[in-house]
Amino acid sequence: MLNIDALEKGVVIDHIKAGGSMEIYKYLRLDKLDCTVAIIKNARSSKMGRKDIIKIEGDFDLDFDVLGFIDHNITVNIIEDSKIIAKKNLSLPKQVQNVIHCKNPRCISTVEEGIIHTFKLCDEEKHLYRCIYCEQEFATTKR
Amino acid sequence: MKHLIDPLDLSVEEIKELLDTANDIEQNPQKYAHACDGKKLATLFYEPSTRTRLSFEAAMLNLGGKTLGFASADNSSAAKGESIADTIRVVSCYADICAMRHPKEGAPLVASQYSRIPVINAGDGGHQHPTQTLTDLLTIRSLKGRLDHLTIGLCGDLKFGRTVHSLIKSLARYEGIRFVLISPGELKVPDYILNEVIRAKGIPYQEVERLDDVMPELDILYMTRVQRERFFNEEDYIRLKDCYILTQDKLNKAKKDMFVLHPLPRVNEIAVEVDKDERAAYFRQAQYGVYVRMALILKLLGVTPC
Repeated sequence: MLNIDALEKGVVIDHIKAGGSMEIYKYLRLDKLDCTVAIIKNARSSKMGRKDIIKIEGDFDLDFDVLGFIDHNITVNIIEDSKIIAKKNLSLPKQVQNVIHCKNPRCISTVEEGIIHTFKLCDEEKHLYRCIYCEQEFATTKR
Repeated sequence: MKHLIDPLDLSVEEIKELLDTANDIEQNPQKYAHACDGKKLATLFYEPSTRTRLSFEAAMLNLGGKTLGFASADNSSAAKGESIADTIRVVSCYADICAMRHPKEGAPLVASQYSRIPVINAGDGGHQHPTQTLTDLLTIRSLKGRLDHLTIGLCGDLKFGRTVHSLIKSLARYEGIRFVLISPGELKVPDYILNEVIRAKGIPYQEVERLDDVMPELDILYMTRVQRERFFNEEDYIRLKDCYILTQDKLNKAKKDMFVLHPLPRVNEIAVEVDKDERAAYFRQAQYGVYVRMALILKLLGVTPC
């Protein structure tokens, strides 16, 4: 059994679908954070069989909308003084900016410099987003 | 400041007001002849267009205003690599309102985010063409006296036709509308339009391959062109192309008060013999396009005629 110390202060992102932690690492731009980040892959889970966990130590701002966009079943625990002081319930954000880029080659966002890549939620049931510029679909993974 | 990027940017009430103004312009053109004296319309056309650009220019000239602009990307700073954001910030210093056509989808929306003047989407790639939709709505209302309780036949290329998608979305907001979608299997209305507009609103619709069978049911027949290049094989094109050519024989099966619309240009999908029929409304439609663009310019500039 691999042991990783409990956090004194920070965030634990739990119940990540097994294999999904690197995607979250990338979307949250955790490589830019100047703090300790532990990625635990394929941890045993009674609920999910296998899961990934990310632990981030320190004081920082996280974009919870991005997490909700990737997988709103993820659990986020806020830790202070080694205790969970809050659990964040994630939901599908109404809009995401500069998280994903439109793949439609006819879309202005593929050529206009400095554009804010924006997708709006259009079907909550199907986890479907659309580019605000060309209405190209983007479906997030539904667990 | 108000822009027109998507036909649904305008509420049903705003569309009514706009169409009322357009009808008043038709009846009393002299009342509007100097409404935009001293105002300038910039036509920023990054791809060639005959009817739309001339229609916008005619609209502004009819209102007493002036026009400036370019008719292709080659003649603009886009050829030097200038962004839409920069171009519109500069044009905002030169004109009071602009109409933009661009091959990239969403370009007018980007322009509206940086503009200090109202931006009208004059067609963005295969995406939206809201002033064509307003033209279609004005034509239908003027000829039929209403926009509700109508059976609308849409025929031809329903997959790639931007005017068809915009018209469906706009008409879906009126009561008692029924759609008859006439196209080959390869060119059917995309699923997202069916799911998010027609089925979502519980609008009755029918998908058929043959125009003849449904002709007697229609109040409006909206024709579009079936293009050879949309087919994967030549056989299918040859098999289907004639089904979508409107001839006088086919039109004889239609109601006496049915009207035929077409966004133009027509190639061969409406036989020339049909032009003489009272129900052929596509050239009147082009005239309505000028009236509705005049009404739109007045609305976006906040101008009321004396």
